[in-house]
Amino acid sequence: MSIRFFNDTLRTRAAALLVLMLAAAQAVAQTHEHKLANGLRVIVKEDHRAPTVVSMVWYKAGSIDEVNGTTGVAHVLEHMMFKGTTAVPGGEFSKIVAAAGGRENAFTGKDATGYHEQLHKSQLPLAFRLEADRMANLVLSKEEFEKEIKVVMEERRLRTEDRPQALLNEQLMATAFIAHPYHAPVVGWMSDLESMTFLDAKRWYEHWYAPNNAIVVVAGDVDPKAVFALADKYFGAIKSKILPERKPQDEPEQRGIRRVTVKAPAELPSLVMAYRAPMLRDPEKDTEPYALEMLAGVLDGSEAARLTSSLVRGEKIANAVDASYDSTARGPGLFAVSGVPATGRTVAELEQGLRRELAKIVSDGVTEEELKRVKAQVVAAHVFQRDSIYFQAMQIGSLEIAGYPHQTIDLMIRKLQQVTAAQVQEVARKYLVDDSLTIAVLDPQPLDRTPAAAPKGLRHAQ
Amino acid sequence: MRNKLGYLLGLLFAFAAAAPAYALLPIQHWQTQNGARVYFVETRDLPMLDVSVDFPAGSVFDTRAKSGLAALTANTLRLGAGGLTEDEIARRMADTGAQLGGRFDSDRAGVSLRTLTSPDEFKQAIDVFARVLQHPEFPPAVLEREKTRIIAAIKEADTKPEVILNRNFNALIYGNHPYGLRSAGEPATIATLTRDDVSGFYRSYYTADQAVVAIIGSIGRGEAEALANQLTAGLPRSSTPAVIPPVPDLARSEMRAVAHPATQSHLLIGAPGIRRDDPDYFPLFVGNYILGGGGFVSRITEEVRSKRGLAYSAYSYFSPLKERGPFVIGLQTRRDQAAEALAVVRATLKEFLAKGPTADELKKAQQNIVGGFALRIDSNRKILDYLGAIGFYRLPLTYLDDFIPNVEKVTLADIRNAFARRVDPEHMATVIVGADEAALGPK
Repeated sequence: MSIRFFNDTLRTRAAALLVLMLAAAQAVAQTHEHKLANGLRVIVKEDHRAPTVVSMVWYKAGSIDEVNGTTGVAHVLEHMMFKGTTAVPGGEFSKIVAAAGGRENAFTGKDATGYHEQLHKSQLPLAFRLEADRMANLVLSKEEFEKEIKVVMEERRLRTEDRPQALLNEQLMATAFIAHPYHAPVVGWMSDLESMTFLDAKRWYEHWYAPNNAIVVVAGDVDPKAVFALADKYFGAIKSKILPERKPQDEPEQRGIRRVTVKAPAELPSLVMAYRAPMLRDPEKDTEPYALEMLAGVLDGSEAARLTSSLVRGEKIANAVDASYDSTARGPGLFAVSGVPATGRTVAELEQGLRRELAKIVSDGVTEEELKRVKAQVVAAHVFQRDSIYFQAMQIGSLEIAGYPHQTIDLMIRKLQQVTAAQVQEVARKYLVDDSLTIAVLDPQPLDRTPAAAPKGLRHAQ
Repeated sequence: MRNKLGYLLGLLFAFAAAAPAYALLPIQHWQTQNGARVYFVETRDLPMLDVSVDFPAGSVFDTRAKSGLAALTANTLRLGAGGLTEDEIARRMADTGAQLGGRFDSDRAGVSLRTLTSPDEFKQAIDVFARVLQHPEFPPAVLEREKTRIIAAIKEADTKPEVILNRNFNALIYGNHPYGLRSAGEPATIATLTRDDVSGFYRSYYTADQAVVAIIGSIGRGEAEALANQLTAGLPRSSTPAVIPPVPDLARSEMRAVAHPATQSHLLIGAPGIRRDDPDYFPLFVGNYILGGGGFVSRITEEVRSKRGLAYSAYSYFSPLKERGPFVIGLQTRRDQAAEALAVVRATLKEFLAKGPTADELKKAQQNIVGGFALRIDSNRKILDYLGAIGFYRLPLTYLDDFIPNVEKVTLADIRNAFARRVDPEHMATVIVGADEAALGPK
């Protein structure tokens, strides 16, 4: 069977498919929006496949809004939001949602903090009642804070201190960004957690938890009008606030390569190469961010993509490789390639291999075949994602928080289809340059030679 | 108009009190001519299809000398098949936008596919999928490369506290039973595996009569039948089905501490639990929600995290398998707090076993599980997983219809009795990785 023939036919098919799929996507991608007098925005995405609903409240308050000395406070407040209000005492929030058959959780990111409930659709009023209550009436006690800050420190130990890969990423961000708050980890530096008080958390809540700094996203088997009426009923009485000024804290231009090494107990070394890259600011007019998305897809969009096929399967330099770029966020962007060297290969050899692959694109560009492949994946993924109402709500919320109307999803998919091979080559040439590159290397240490630091003030028996 | 799935779910909740005479999910079931069991749900909402084909080919069928063979077989199916090289397979799949996935655990190995149903993409993705399932070639050079990669990944994993914890725990509770083998294998045994081993394992365990085909998506019954035939007609013929030996009880309590430089101690306490077909399944499922399965509303999280701030994550679960899967309680805590956390968990379990849950706890657990039932089956992906489990563990076709009644009929006495039968605190294994041994006190 001829591969050549096969790919040629696919090209026409992909184009026909695209038209169909985009038409289908737009027919169902209807969202409805409503803004309350207090500034709260409510966005509803109907999906009637099952009688369930996901309700999310997004606050535009993430680690990007923090300042030195209290890094991690956005995330600490997320934990404290489950500690009770006057009407719903500590611990009751989770119990009430659970007894209604629901699941609840929350997340804190660089750009936002989000709270969500997944429920049978009949229980949406309950989610709104509880979320509205804690948007305005949280009781922050010193006693609860002092227990919960310990939990957060355990979380940092579990997810960062004892995970070499997480330490590596933390150091990468802290090196690539100096002035911008993306410098600090979302969970916060341990020292800041140790010195944090309930007053820090209280101040954060008072500053940022306001209807005019929040977006409610509801996806599922609901009627938008009924959802808006519910939102008016539960959130309508909450007063808006004058929000603190957000200082830009822009990252200055990088003037030369930066390298950082992390030593941690591990078997294998690993490497991340992160280039400063532009973000999507005008979804209609920008072209470079779309080209960078396609570049990441050509490098690592599937098992067929370049990095895996040449460095893992072909040259066997790497055990694993990755390329990543996200065009939408509140802050500055990175285009990163990373990997783990194959047994017997060094980090330096892997770096050379990755550089060779990037240089090939700069000198020779990408093929039409590769571009078509990535475009087909974009279209298919857009269909597949609709299997999850949770994912749809996440996508709407994160785009809105980053400052784009959520309808940009459809625009972005159209724009991605228009990217040309020349544009991909051009962004590679322009942005994959050493002067804006940060390289982080994990230098593995034997387990028995790296005893953990003794917790401060505590007996350490090892 | 609402789709069939939504319509039927809607009916369920409209008449939840009455015993429904219709099926909640219209699962269609049949066998192919060569004996593969097919479970199919038609849903037309999205122009896509999910299909999985599973076999009893998990790591429980490994021997100690060839530990890792089952996993290596599963991992290399797609790396050259039916006349296509691994690169050709990857490209053809990627060109359609389809996603090839897989499942591998102690009991099961399988391959899954998520594809658009537009005719050309569907046809091409299924063609590649069928080759991978039925004609894997296990090219020697690819096998050697994958062995090297897997060995490196295992050595890396063996530096992580949670991996060390699980290995030691499984070794303690399963002894020489094959459930005690690490499902990925060991570096030394993987190094010895040959192409004959892999193709032999494939021929013995990826047989048509043992295959479970689960399908959900936008195709009709006729197309689903043709699909199931296309995916299974060329599978190896049946051989004698392998039998998994029963798992004995633990002879005694045992504690093992393993040194590690991590800032936290990682703890597991547990023992062999239950089989998937255990009649105590629902009482234990509901009871464990109260003990440590229900997240923030469970007793273990309340005692360890909410009251004392000792851990970020603390939990318990049963993981039923064909034979007895583990019952586990776990947490991680700053290493100087390990003894305290261990004592809290043990006391919580003891109290639960002695008195059982309260009537209020049972009521709230049932409310959560019943009220949240729709969340278990509100996407194609979730339903596909249920179809696979129903087929593989030979659960009744009415499993989902019976789910709510089975949860609702659980009583306080059922939970107490089931836990008394299945969880014996005097016969438990405890493993601590990253322990300050002096702080742990006497065993």
